[in-house]
Amino acid sequence: MSDVVRMFRKSGSAVLGLALVLALVAAGVLAPLLAPHDPNEVDTTRRLARPLTPGHPLGTDEFGRDLLSRLLHGARISLAVGLAATALAAVAGSLCGLVAGLGGGVWDQAIMRSIDTLMAFPYFLLAIAIIAALGPGLINGMIAVAIVNIPFYGRIVRATVLGVRETEYVQAARALGVSELRLSLTHILRNCLAPVIVAVTLNVGGMITALAGLSFLGLGVQPPVSDWGSMLSSSRQYINVAPHVATLPGLAIFAAVLGFNLLGDGLRDALDPRLR
Amino acid sequence: MAAVGGGGLQGYVVRRLLLAVPVLVGVSILVFAVMHLSPGDPAAIMLGAQATREDVERLHRELGLDRALPVQYARWMGRVLQGDLGRSIPLGRAVLPEVLLRFKATLILTAGALAVALVIGVPAGIVSATRQYTWLDRLSMGVAVTGVSLPVFWTGIMLIIVFSLTLRWLPSAGMYSPYGGDLGDLVWHLVLPAVTLGTASAAALARMTRSAVLEIVRQDFVRSARAKGLDERAVVGRHVLKNALNPIVTVLGIQVGTLLGGAILTETVFSWPGLGSMMVRAIQARDYPLVQGGVLLIATTFVLVNLVVDLMYAVFDPRIRYE
Repeated sequence: MSDVVRMFRKSGSAVLGLALVLALVAAGVLAPLLAPHDPNEVDTTRRLARPLTPGHPLGTDEFGRDLLSRLLHGARISLAVGLAATALAAVAGSLCGLVAGLGGGVWDQAIMRSIDTLMAFPYFLLAIAIIAALGPGLINGMIAVAIVNIPFYGRIVRATVLGVRETEYVQAARALGVSELRLSLTHILRNCLAPVIVAVTLNVGGMITALAGLSFLGLGVQPPVSDWGSMLSSSRQYINVAPHVATLPGLAIFAAVLGFNLLGDGLRDALDPRLR
Repeated sequence: MAAVGGGGLQGYVVRRLLLAVPVLVGVSILVFAVMHLSPGDPAAIMLGAQATREDVERLHRELGLDRALPVQYARWMGRVLQGDLGRSIPLGRAVLPEVLLRFKATLILTAGALAVALVIGVPAGIVSATRQYTWLDRLSMGVAVTGVSLPVFWTGIMLIIVFSLTLRWLPSAGMYSPYGGDLGDLVWHLVLPAVTLGTASAAALARMTRSAVLEIVRQDFVRSARAKGLDERAVVGRHVLKNALNPIVTVLGIQVGTLLGGAILTETVFSWPGLGSMMVRAIQARDYPLVQGGVLLIATTFVLVNLVVDLMYAVFDPRIRYE
C-alpha cells in the first residue's frame, strides 16, 4: 500500500488532479456558505455584468444573477449527478460482470451478448436514445448515462473474475473445500476492487461531460434547476456581448473532468504493477 | 507467411460477418424499444395534449400498438428492411429521405473530424514515443490529457468566440453561405466544427499511438534492426509503425463512435444541418419515428465501421485469422 502511495505522490499530475477534484468537491459542498448571493436572485439592473464588478467577482448572467454563486451551486448538481451516475454504472456493471464470470455458460452468453449490443451504439447516441424513451430530465439523464457505461465495468470485472478463478491459490482453496460462494466473496471480489476503483476514477470525468452535454442540449436538467451544462447552453446567445458568461461554466466542467482524468491516470499507474 | 493466407482470410471474413448479425438484431430491438419503453401511450405522447381521443385511437391503430409486442416488432422490422422507417408527424413526411439527407451532413462532419484527429494525433503520438521522457513528450502528453478533458460543446463556443466573433476568420454556423455553395465554401464552414469535434479524438489517438509504439520499440526485432545499423527513421517507419498499426486502428474504430455521438453536440453548437441536431429537436417534439430512424442509421453505420476495422486487422496481421 505504501508503494502505491509513493508511486502516486511521485506523479505531479496525479497530485494536481487530486487537488482539483478536492477543491471542486469542497466548492460544491460548501456552496451555500461560499456563495455571495442566492443563485436565483434576479437583478435586471445588472444584466451581463463583467467579472470584477463590485459585489459580483465573476460578473452576472443574462438575468443579472451572480455567476460565482451559480457556478458554486452548479458544482453541487454537476458533481453529485456525475458521481451518482458513475456509482450506478459501477454497481450495475460489476454485478453483470460477476454474474457472467462466475455463472458462466448461458449467463455469460446472455450478458455478454447484451453488452455487445450496448457497445454497438456510439456512446453519446445511446444516451440520447434512452432519453428519447424515458423523456428528458435530470434523473432520466443519469439513468441513461449509467446504462451506457455498464459494458465498461461489466467487461473489466468479468475479465478479472476469469483471471482470478484460474490462479493457483483460488484452485487450492477450492480443493480444500471452500464453497464457491465464499470463494467469490473473499478472493474474487477483493481482486476486482482495484481495477474497479481505477475504472471509476477514469470514468467520472466522462460521466460529468456526458451529463453536462445532455443538459446543454436541453435533455438533462430542467429549469429552474441548473447545472454547468445548462448554464453554458443559456449563455450561448450572449457570447457576442458577454463571452465570460459562456466561458466560465465550460471552464468549470473542463477543470472537473481534467481533475478526475489526471487522478485516474495517476491511480492506474500507481496500482498497475507492470508500470513500475 | 504467404502460404497461410487465402482460405484463412476468407473463413475469417465469413465468421466475422455472421457475428455482426446478432449484434444488428440486438440494435434493432433496442431501437424498437425506444417507442415502447416510454411511460404512457406513445400515440397520445406523439400527438400532444391538444389531440382528441379519436385522433389518438386512430394513430394507436395505425401504429399497430394494440397488438402483442413480438408481432409489432416483426411488422416494424419487416417495414424497416423494405426501407420504410415510418412517418414523422411534426414534419408530415416520410422519415427515410429526411434522415438520409441529414446523415450526409453528419458524415461530412465526422470525416472532417477524423481527418483532424489522424493528422494531429498519430504524428504527436509517434514523436512522443520516440522521444520518451523529453520535454517534447511531456508537452504533447500534457496537451493530450487536456484535449481528452475538453467538452466539445465548450470548445466549439470558445473557437467561435476567438475565430468567428473576434478575428472574423471563419464562419460560426451552417454548412454553406446563404448565396455560396461550392466545395471551397463547404470546407470553409467545416473547419471549426471539424477541429472542435476532432480535438478530443486527436488526443485519445496520440495517447494510444504513443503507448503502442513504446510497446513495439522494446521488442527484440527492433533491437536487431537497430543493431544491424538501420537508421532510426527506417526502424520506426518500417518495423515499428507497421506493428503498431493494429492498436491504432482499434482506437480509430472506437473514435468513430465517439465522433458520431459527439457530432450531436457539435452540430447543435454550429447549427450544422446534420442528423444529430435534428434528433435533439425530434426528442423534444416526441417524434419517435424520426428518433428511431436516426438512431438506427447511425448505430448500423457504427456496426459496419467496426466490421471493417476487424477485417482490416486480419489484413494487417495474418495471425488473427486463425484465432
